[in-house]
Amino acid sequence: MTVTLPPYEDVVARYEPVIGLETHVELGTNTKMFCGCPTDFGGQPNTRICPVCLGLPGSLPVANKAAIEATIRIGLALNCTIATWCRFARKNYFYPDMPKNYQISQYDEPLCTDGWLDVEVDGELVRIGIERVHLEEDTGKTLHVGGATGRIHGATESLVDYNRAGIPLVEIVTKPIPGTGALAPVVARAYVTELRDVIRSLDVSDVRMEQGSLRCDVNTSLNLPGHEWGTRTETKNVNSLRSVERAVRSEIIRQASVLDAGGRIVQETRHFHEDTGDTTSGRSKETATDYRYFPEPDLVPLAPDAEWVSTLKAGLPELPRLHRKRLQAEWGLSDLDMQSVVNAGAVELIEQTIAAGTTPEGARKWWLGELARRANEAGIELAAVGATPAHVAELQRLVDEGKLNDKLARAVLEGVVAGEGAPTEIMTARGLGVVSDTGALTAAVDEAIAANPDVAEKIREGKVAAAGVLVGAVMKATRGQADAKTVRELIIARLS
Amino acid sequence: MAAISREEVAHLARLSRLAVTDQEIDLFAGQLDVILQAVARVGEVVAEDIPPTSHSVPLTNVLRDDVVQPCLTPEEALAGAPDAEEGRFRVPRILEEEA
Amino acid sequence: MSDVFHLTATEIAARDASGDASATEITQAHLDRIAAVDDRVHAFLHVDAEGALAAATAVDERRAAGEELGPLAGVPIAVKDIVATKGVPSTAASKILEGWRPPYDATIVTRMREAGLVMLGKTNLDEFAMGSSTEYSAYGPTFNPWDLSRIPGGSGGGSAAALAAYEAPLAVGTDTGGSIRQPAAVTGTVGAKPTYGGTSRYGLIAFSSSLDTPGPCARTVEDAALLHAVLAGHDPRDSTSIPQPVPDVVGAARRGASGDLTGVKLGLVREFSGEGAEPGVMAAFHDAVDALTKLGAEVVEVSCPHFEYALPAYYLIAPSECSSNLARFDGVRYGLRVGDDGAKSLEEVMSLTRESGFGPEVKRRIMIGTYALSSGYYDAYYGQAQKVRTLITRDFTSAFEQVDVLISPTTPFVAFPLGARTADPYQMYLADLYTIPVNLYGGPGISVPCGLSEGLPVGLQIAAPTLADDRMYRVAAALESAIGTLTPGELS
Ligand SMILES: [Zn+2]
Repeated sequence: MTVTLPPYEDVVARYEPVIGLETHVELGTNTKMFCGCPTDFGGQPNTRICPVCLGLPGSLPVANKAAIEATIRIGLALNCTIATWCRFARKNYFYPDMPKNYQISQYDEPLCTDGWLDVEVDGELVRIGIERVHLEEDTGKTLHVGGATGRIHGATESLVDYNRAGIPLVEIVTKPIPGTGALAPVVARAYVTELRDVIRSLDVSDVRMEQGSLRCDVNTSLNLPGHEWGTRTETKNVNSLRSVERAVRSEIIRQASVLDAGGRIVQETRHFHEDTGDTTSGRSKETATDYRYFPEPDLVPLAPDAEWVSTLKAGLPELPRLHRKRLQAEWGLSDLDMQSVVNAGAVELIEQTIAAGTTPEGARKWWLGELARRANEAGIELAAVGATPAHVAELQRLVDEGKLNDKLARAVLEGVVAGEGAPTEIMTARGLGVVSDTGALTAAVDEAIAANPDVAEKIREGKVAAAGVLVGAVMKATRGQADAKTVRELIIARLS
Repeated sequence: MAAISREEVAHLARLSRLAVTDQEIDLFAGQLDVILQAVARVGEVVAEDIPPTSHSVPLTNVLRDDVVQPCLTPEEALAGAPDAEEGRFRVPRILEEEA
Repeated sequence: MSDVFHLTATEIAARDASGDASATEITQAHLDRIAAVDDRVHAFLHVDAEGALAAATAVDERRAAGEELGPLAGVPIAVKDIVATKGVPSTAASKILEGWRPPYDATIVTRMREAGLVMLGKTNLDEFAMGSSTEYSAYGPTFNPWDLSRIPGGSGGGSAAALAAYEAPLAVGTDTGGSIRQPAAVTGTVGAKPTYGGTSRYGLIAFSSSLDTPGPCARTVEDAALLHAVLAGHDPRDSTSIPQPVPDVVGAARRGASGDLTGVKLGLVREFSGEGAEPGVMAAFHDAVDALTKLGAEVVEVSCPHFEYALPAYYLIAPSECSSNLARFDGVRYGLRVGDDGAKSLEEVMSLTRESGFGPEVKRRIMIGTYALSSGYYDAYYGQAQKVRTLITRDFTSAFEQVDVLISPTTPFVAFPLGARTADPYQMYLADLYTIPVNLYGGPGISVPCGLSEGLPVGLQIAAPTLADDRMYRVAAALESAIGTLTPGELS
């Protein structure tokens, strides 16, 4: 059955969306949440496990101090109240990726509550309420074998690797976000972006969505103006910032088409598909699972005292929004220019490029120009475009030294993006360097003079402006690799 | 009146992942009823303002330094596995999706 | 009584140290005794003769090399099979863990080994320590050496019976609601539950995490204290382990053995004054109280009004925690798997595995716990039980403002015949009536023999404030000095 979906602008003119975001962040601690196993990736399956994270009978958890402190720091950065006393709880359900068939999490006593995060959307600040920030343990990974494309459906068996089981996971839940109207998808994306930047600035996680160290579930509901909020759905499998925006948008349109047809929204989990941009139905949550939460008896309560919390607070870095304000001043950008830097996700990249020795103008030119264009075309994040700040700084240095001109630099950059190596390597390998050696150029200049006697005559008569034609001819003959300034000087010297 | 019905016992067994037989349901329904009626006596105590005790030791903030400890070898980890394949624990096909 | 296996741990250690006997000889004598009597007692689920002799040889070699060894070096010990022992089967007396050999040692086992104790094997228990008679073992019951037609108590019936049958001079038990003290009482042995957090739970296959406490079992108070000193102490692997020095339980036991209790106030709990207890048990208890009075102790009656709710509260808290603790037994990572025929789903295989791997008592408790934690019932059951726990703790606290220790019979009745209480699960629960409040409070308790009723042993329980484990040893040793140890007839 094909359903004609209503246009987005039409939907948001008639319905008001309410969104909410649940974000999971894998902390970058050395060890797991409750045992001393390392958290590094890439190991063979089941090589990062011990009796505790394998849930062997008799084993007991002991909480990782660094993970607790990281969570408190996240809470403080999000303006939360830090609990003076709270407990872990067991969330009971059977699933083979959970070694104990319960997850140690937090239930009604989260470590951090009631905060906010300001995000900039189109130059306006939107304050996103934070409901809670709590700490839990990650699950293992299940490989579904025998079905199509590794999905659970149709699989004949599954294989479980517990290396990830027990890695500390911070869950950050927003309060419901009403009133954003047509901007809801953009606000969602801006929030996750800002949250990612905040957490990265705290240096507690590498927060990489594509690697799963930042995972996002998006709640969406629609209501008619003046009516109660609608039934919400929870969209999972949203694996990039761009997907956050797309998922909200497509779920708004889908819900509207259901409501328009007189249907009702089912409270359920939906899965976002990167390829189609659609969501499909997952597990219905109408019969809510009873997780039988109760206080974890194997762990004693956490009671962060004021001194501990204030020490952690004093150690917080400058948070991204303030940091950006400072950079804007340093770089001498207008609000509008800074906004385009932010929107392109280029703040940190430019900052690092400058740190590598480039001027603000030089850094901004490459990231917002050539590289932004390529990222856009490929539908990827700027940071994932294939060039690093070090590459860009090197490229600009080659230009400044006169070894590359603008056109050649773009060609070198193409090689960088294609993964051919660093700019100098590519310049040498592809033979793209500027030719400024006068000996090598003289022949080309002489040829150009011989081929254009009329023009040469004009120059001899003092019409120096005509030299441009000969410069163009030399440049063409040297496939753009000649240094235009040197060529011009040579021509004038020859003809005077 | 019984504190627990046959249906509730069947439901509890499902929640607990116990494939109980019909005879067991009959047996357990009676036994659990006796037990639940007896333990329900805790409700006689007036305890509105009484804080619950989840831990009998008065400890807080028992934390571990973030220092790596040795892991099990894959052989040790998989030694007890009923079934393993390619260094992973093998399980039959899973019906339910992740929670 | 000249056989080596009749010796106490203290006597064995003295012989070892003086060179009168080697650890290997002592160990072999106990292995021989096990071979001779355990087919009738069935105290052991697994005898590790090879491992025991290797450990004994190592002790002998260390001693020969002039090494300074601990006071229990070379003494054989039996370990309840709910404790994880590296490379040695650890089943919790359940089919679901049949053949499982842990890749690690429990902390108390590490401490035992470091102290030079020689582990003979693993002893029987009620499956996952859920029971009061050892009849709920998946591998068949243990029989009381005093009368082989009777139960040895539970859940640690195997450890207690091994002591009473002279198969081992020492044993390790775990006590969640009385599983060390109650078997000690009905086998005429000594069993102590330390302060919760005083002995590490790391490596104890969990039944009820907020209550489980490992502790020593022995035939004399001094032996129990010596083992207590080995097992106890802070363990960074157990978050609930108390980071404080262990009280001087050995010193207290030796002081008590002098038989002077002048200035000691004993509290008699009014609510435990005999209702539901056998008259013979109460008679033996009162005789013991008289004996303690003669040693100089003062007896004061105290009231603990919430103790009557301890049993219901316990049978909500323990099953709730167990329903979660036992969820991990699903046939994925270790242990039994049933029904994996290539057609059934994981969910079916899990349910079939758990159905055939767990016995009826374990299933009952899992279902009770699942019920008590369910969202609609949590407040009325689990939540309310935890409040009752607070009130019971307050009862103890105020009682200990008036007296030094509380005393009561350990159990309401002597060892009952096998099968007498299995038909009605709740009747079985009553065996732990007097021991359970101590677990809910978290303090220490010890059971010492105090006489006979109908020819069967009666135990007296001494409960002390948390962290005052030494106090109960002093009183226990004094009582032992007055009454003596109890010896069953020789197994024929
Ligand atoms: Zn681990």
